[in-house]
Amino acid sequence: MAIWLTKDSKVIVQGITGSEGSKHTRRMLAAGTNVVGGTNPRKAGTTVDFDGTSLPVFATVAEAMKETGADVTVIFVPPAGTKSAVVEAIDAEIPLAVVITEGVPVQDSAAFWAYNLDKGAKTRIIGPNCPGIASPGASNAGIIPADITPQGRIGLVSKSGTLTYQMMYELRDIGFSTCVGIGGDPIIGTTHIDALKAFQDDPDTDAIVMIGEIGGDAEERAAEFIKANVTKPVVGYIAGFTAPPGKTMGHAGAIISGSAGTADAKKAALEAVGVKVGKTPSETARLMREVMS
Amino acid sequence: MDLFEYQGRDLFERHGLPVLGGGVAETPQEARAIAERLGGKVVVKAQVKVGGRGKAGGVKLADGADEAEARATDILGMDIKGHTVHKVMLAETADIKEEYYLSYLLDRANRTFLCIASVAGGMEIETVAEEQPERVAKIAIDASKGVDEAKAREIVAAAQYPAEVAEQIVDIAVKLWQAFVAEDATLVEVNPLAKVGDGRVLLLDAKITLDENASFRHPDHDALVDQSAVDPLEQAAKAKNLNYVKLDGEVGIIGNGAGLVMSTLDVVAYAGERHGGVKPANFLDIGGGASAQVMANGLEIVLGDPAVKSVFVNVFGGITACDAVANGIVQALALLAERGETVTKPLVVRLDGNNAEAGRAILDGANNSLVERVDTMDGAAERAAELAAAGK
Repeated sequence: MAIWLTKDSKVIVQGITGSEGSKHTRRMLAAGTNVVGGTNPRKAGTTVDFDGTSLPVFATVAEAMKETGADVTVIFVPPAGTKSAVVEAIDAEIPLAVVITEGVPVQDSAAFWAYNLDKGAKTRIIGPNCPGIASPGASNAGIIPADITPQGRIGLVSKSGTLTYQMMYELRDIGFSTCVGIGGDPIIGTTHIDALKAFQDDPDTDAIVMIGEIGGDAEERAAEFIKANVTKPVVGYIAGFTAPPGKTMGHAGAIISGSAGTADAKKAALEAVGVKVGKTPSETARLMREVMS
Repeated sequence: MDLFEYQGRDLFERHGLPVLGGGVAETPQEARAIAERLGGKVVVKAQVKVGGRGKAGGVKLADGADEAEARATDILGMDIKGHTVHKVMLAETADIKEEYYLSYLLDRANRTFLCIASVAGGMEIETVAEEQPERVAKIAIDASKGVDEAKAREIVAAAQYPAEVAEQIVDIAVKLWQAFVAEDATLVEVNPLAKVGDGRVLLLDAKITLDENASFRHPDHDALVDQSAVDPLEQAAKAKNLNYVKLDGEVGIIGNGAGLVMSTLDVVAYAGERHGGVKPANFLDIGGGASAQVMANGLEIVLGDPAVKSVFVNVFGGITACDAVANGIVQALALLAERGETVTKPLVVRLDGNNAEAGRAILDGANNSLVERVDTMDGAAERAAELAAAGK
């Protein structure tokens, strides 16, 4: 078992005929993901071939779900069309929508998040601007490389992409139940807290690695949640200890404004509730190794 | 992107919000012409993106065009907290009776927007919130409903603005929200929102941040970028679609993925503590699918910084294949040599992940004495810091 994405998940790709969408559909299939189709309203009724696997293209998410039983969508639609793609997924009430697209205007993210709440929050949204979710050995929805780590009993939640891969690599001898990249934008659909709660409830996860970065107060709120609700060991890492205030570090959300959002403040908040925090990825991996031994 | 006050004033005016007449000048002569157009008393304000300019002498009253020209001469070129004044705004003066505060901003924690409203304007809202929290109202805005007249009335009531200005502020709150949405802002702050002698309520200052992710639907926002403040290396990087931030150390950094690069800055800074205090010279994220060309562009930018004494290329191949990155490094060095820009600074390269073995073999095969391969992130950071300290 794993959280949110299992070997039984049936995955569709919004934007399956685009360059990013088709490249990553091929990779997801190679990783053993059960990809059952995709959408593109202009190419509905056609099929796309991926090294011998022929996948149907539908006009809408709702139609794709009806025909294939899909319960996960991965969105590779460019920023200008991302909001309407997510709204379409919400309207279809698909249980999980993974939004990979980078550069989505924050008012669009706020709008689809509000729309999801208005519709009863039947869709879990991961992202935008995220690498997706991978349950090693079972399924892979997004762009996380499938061959870094085998299945194991660590759960990982992270704001960053390559830093996630680095951590998966450092701990590949232990392995992971599920790795969730929640994205580095100011407004995201799934938070550290959502993932912590799911890992706490997952019988196949024994310990959790949480990777944060400067900006906002998501890590501080996660610390409060851990204190009240998480009994499994949590090891943390925060990127950006030496980042200067006022400079945006790549992710739209990664900026220290005023006295808020510093890595030191986040580290202190996590340590205050018993989370061990590493100063570098390798130190963090060492701390997790101690926890798992 | 943060706007200057005069850009905010113009933006408010375009959206039908009540502001005082004004204009922006880069020379004392331009200031004189604007003062003549406005007539009578004017205020001359330094345009810098930092608080406390009044205390620093960057805001002066002037009676007529002669004085306006003289005050502009004083203020232009001033240094305010490290910001050189390149422009002054001239505006009509107002007989301020009361000062209030009103803003809309992104509320990350609640994944929506927030209105902050207060009857205590003209001072830092953070100070008011600390000392008189009862005078600061925070009203959540539902992103799907926005601010209509009813919501604006809720804001006015929560802030306890005086009855005689309530109707005017209802109208302002609605229009300010419309401007916030139409311009894809993440912050619009009006401080002060002032009641003046004739009873009108005016927006007398503007602090606006625009969302750069939305620039694809705002071609006009390009013109708002302050070219004088953009570091030349940052400008060159932007032209090549590279995500580069100039810092003030000696170790050039190139990596893939924002989180990994931020982490690289940390690891190098820690290593620097053991090597004469060297620090990272920049943040450069070459992104997920980095090609040889992108690597060449990145190296060119980083090596173009005279402060750089060594370069650390830190790549974890996820989607990016390490052999492509290694080829990129080798080709980039050849390309720079062809252009006559002989590279003399040492490069420390760490490759892990997708096709790492092939990538390492390419680097070894190239046999370039400037390129050193270290296979762990911590070890490579240590070596890059050591080389930078030696080159200082």
